[in-house]
Amino acid sequence: MAGPINWFSQVFSVTKFGLLSIPQRRGSVSAAVIGIAGVVAVLVGVLSIAVGFRKTMDASGAPDAAIVLRSGANSEMESGLLREDTRIISDAHGLARSDKGPLASPELFVIINLPKRSTGTDANVPLRGVEEQAFHVRDQFKIVEGRRFDPGKNEVIVGIGAARQFAGLDIGKTIKVGRYDWPVVGTFSAGGGTAESEIWTDATVLQGAYHRGDSFQSVYTKLSSPAAFDQFKDTLTTDPRVSVKVLRQTEYYADQSTAVTKLITTLGVMIAFLMAIGAVFGALNTMYSAVSTRTREIATLRALGFGSGAVLVSVMLESLVLAIMGGVVGATIAYVAFNGFETATMNFQSFSQVTFAFRVTRQLLVQGIVWATIIGLIGGLFPAVRASRLPIAAALREL
Amino acid sequence: MKFAHLIWSNLKRKKLRTSLTLLSVLVAFILFGILACIRQALSGGITLEGADRLVVRQKVSIINLLPESYKARMERIPGVALAVHQTWFGGVYQDPKNFFMQTPVEPEDFLNMHPEIILPAEQKKAWLQTRTGAIVGRKTADKFHWKIGDKVPIRSNIWTKSDGNNVWEFDIVGIYTGRDKNTDTTAMLFRYDYFEEARARSKGEVGWYTIRVKDPSRATEISKRVDQEFENSSYETKTEPEGAFIQGWAKQIGNIALITAAIVGAVFFTILLVAGNTMSQAVRERTGELGVLKAIGFTNAQVLGMVLAESCLLAVLGGALGLGIAWLIASGGDPTGGLLPQFYFPHQAVLSGLAFSLGLGIAAGIFPAISAMRLRVGDALRRM
Repeated sequence: MAGPINWFSQVFSVTKFGLLSIPQRRGSVSAAVIGIAGVVAVLVGVLSIAVGFRKTMDASGAPDAAIVLRSGANSEMESGLLREDTRIISDAHGLARSDKGPLASPELFVIINLPKRSTGTDANVPLRGVEEQAFHVRDQFKIVEGRRFDPGKNEVIVGIGAARQFAGLDIGKTIKVGRYDWPVVGTFSAGGGTAESEIWTDATVLQGAYHRGDSFQSVYTKLSSPAAFDQFKDTLTTDPRVSVKVLRQTEYYADQSTAVTKLITTLGVMIAFLMAIGAVFGALNTMYSAVSTRTREIATLRALGFGSGAVLVSVMLESLVLAIMGGVVGATIAYVAFNGFETATMNFQSFSQVTFAFRVTRQLLVQGIVWATIIGLIGGLFPAVRASRLPIAAALREL
Repeated sequence: MKFAHLIWSNLKRKKLRTSLTLLSVLVAFILFGILACIRQALSGGITLEGADRLVVRQKVSIINLLPESYKARMERIPGVALAVHQTWFGGVYQDPKNFFMQTPVEPEDFLNMHPEIILPAEQKKAWLQTRTGAIVGRKTADKFHWKIGDKVPIRSNIWTKSDGNNVWEFDIVGIYTGRDKNTDTTAMLFRYDYFEEARARSKGEVGWYTIRVKDPSRATEISKRVDQEFENSSYETKTEPEGAFIQGWAKQIGNIALITAAIVGAVFFTILLVAGNTMSQAVRERTGELGVLKAIGFTNAQVLGMVLAESCLLAVLGGALGLGIAWLIASGGDPTGGLLPQFYFPHQAVLSGLAFSLGLGIAAGIFPAISAMRLRVGDALRRM
C-alpha cells in the first residue's frame, strides 16, 4: 500500500489527465454540463417565484403592526366593520399615537377589473379606500411621483407595482369605476409590500361609489411596541360591544402566502427532481464513455502501479468538476434571467392581484449547486467503479 | 421493414448506453405529461361544451352584484335561450381550511344549463320538494363523508341570515357526478328561494349569470347585445364566452402557458442534447460498418433511413413509456393535496407527446444520419 502522499499525487495526476482530455470529448461533456445546468436553472428559477412572493408578503407587515377584522373573516374581502366598531378599536389600549390621535386606520377594500399588461386580459386589482391615518400606520409609505389624492374627490393614487403591471394607471390617465372617471394623481411605494399592488382613494368617496354607507372592512393599526399586541388584542376580544379578530400583520400576511408558496415549491421541486433523474442518466452516459475511451490509458496506468482507489476517486472528481461547472452555469442563467423579474399573480385569500418580483437568493444558489453536486456524485459513481475494476491484461490487449 | 432486425441489433450493441438514453428520454416525457396535467389543472377544463354558454358579470368586478330581475330581461333578448344566475356564498364547513364552492341556484334552470351535471331523477325530485335541500358533488361528499339525509352547517363569511346568524343549515338531498372527466364535482348547490328569503341584505341581487345562446356562431353579437341592454344603468355588465371567462381566471394567476412552455422548452433542449450526442457517438463508432453496408449495395437513402429509424425508435419508445408513467402518476390524483382539484391527464397530451417524441428522434438523428449518408465508401473502409 502506497503512502498517503503518494496516493494523493496519483489521484492528482489521474484527475489532471482526465480533465485535460475534456476538449477531445467536447460533445458528450457539454451535453452532461448543459443537462445539469438545465436542472439547476429550472430549480432555482421556479423556487425564486415562491421566494419573491413570500418576500413581498413578509415586507407587508411590521412586527409592531396589527390588523383588525370582523370575527370569522379570513381576509379583508370577507370582513365588515361599522364606523362605531372602528371608533372602539381606535380607543383600545396599546396603540401608538401621533398628534392626530391613535394610529388606527379604518379601510375599505374592493376590487376592480383592469387589464393586465402581460396578458391583456382583465385582472382583479385591489382598490382601497383610506383616511388620513393610513399614511401614518405604514412606516414605509412614500409618494414617488405626483401628489396624494384630495379628500372628498374622485382621485386615486396607485402603487408602483400596480402601475407597472396593469394598463392605464399612469399619472394623468383616468380609470373608470362604475359611471365615474377617477384621475390618477400620484404613485407611491410601500417598502415592497402588497400595498404597492393597490390603488388608493378616499374612503368616503369609495363608500359612496359602492353604496357602503359608513362602513369599513378592516382597521390597520400601529402598536406602541411589538409587545403591546397582547394587551391590544385582549382589550378588543373581551369588549362585548364588538366581535372582532385581531391579528399581527406579520401572521396575517404569512397565512396568505402559505398556499401559493407551498404550491410553487411542491411543483418546482417535483419538476426539478424529474429533470435531475434525466440529468443523472446524461452524466452517467458521459462518464461511462469517458471511461471507455480511456480504457487503454487507465489500464496502462494501473500496469505502471497506480492504485484502483486513485482511479476511482479521480473519475468521481472529474464527474464532480463537470457537475459543479453545470451547476454554476445553471445558477448564473437563473440569476441573470429571473432575479428581479416582475410579475403579478392572484392571491386567492384576498381575491386580488399581488405584484412581486422573482428573487434568486444566495440560499437558492447554494441549493442549486448542492443538487448539481449530488447529480455529479451519482453520475460519477458507477463509471468510477467500472474504471477501477478494469481487468488490466484484457484492457491492455485492446491496443 | 426487412432491416428492422439490423436496427434492433444496432440498438442492442451497447445496451448500457441505449438504456441510459432511453431512460433520459423517458424522464423527459414523464415531465412533459406532468406539465400537461399542471397546465390543465390551472387553466381549468375548457371544453367545447361551453361554446354556447356566455358568462355575464358586473362590469366593475365580479364581486359587484347584479339584480335578479336581469334574468327576464336577458331571456327576452333574441337568440338567448336561457339565463341562470349564481352567487358566491363563501362558506366553510367546520374549519376555514375546508374550502369549496357553494352557490344558490334555481334547480330546474341550473340543471338545464349544465347537462354535464348528472343527478339521479329521484334526487332531483327530492331537491325540488325540499326548500333547504342542497346537492353536492361527489368529490366534496367523499371528502367530508356526507350522505343523503345529512344536515350540514355551513358558515358563510359573506351572507348572514335575517336573524343575524351566519351558519346556514342544509339538507343533503342529492349527490351529483360529472358526465365528463373535467366536470367540477366539488361544488355544493342549494336553492335560491331559500337563500333569498333568509338573507339579511342585498335581497334581489345575484352574483353572475350564465346564458345559453341558441346559435353559438352568434355568441359575439349576443354578448354585445346583452351589454348594450344594461348600458348606463347602475349595474353595467360585461359578457364573455364561458371559455374566455375561465381562461381569464387562469391568466389572473399568471401566464401559465408561457411558464410551462419555458420549462418544457428547457427540458427538451437538455434532453435533445443528451440524446443527440449519444446518437451521433453511436454512428461515429460505426463508420466502418456503414462503409461496408454501402460497399455491398445499400443506397444513401437506405443508410439515412436506418440511422433515423434507430433514433426515432429509441425516442418514441422512451416517449411512450414516459407518457404512460406520467399517466399513472396523474391517475393517483392531485399531488399537492387539494390545491389543484382539476389535476388529471388530458387526452390530447398523448398525441402531442408522441408527436414531440418523433420530432425528438428526428432532430437527434438527422445530423448523424446525414453524415452517414454522405460517407464515402473508400474513406470509411480506410478508417477501419
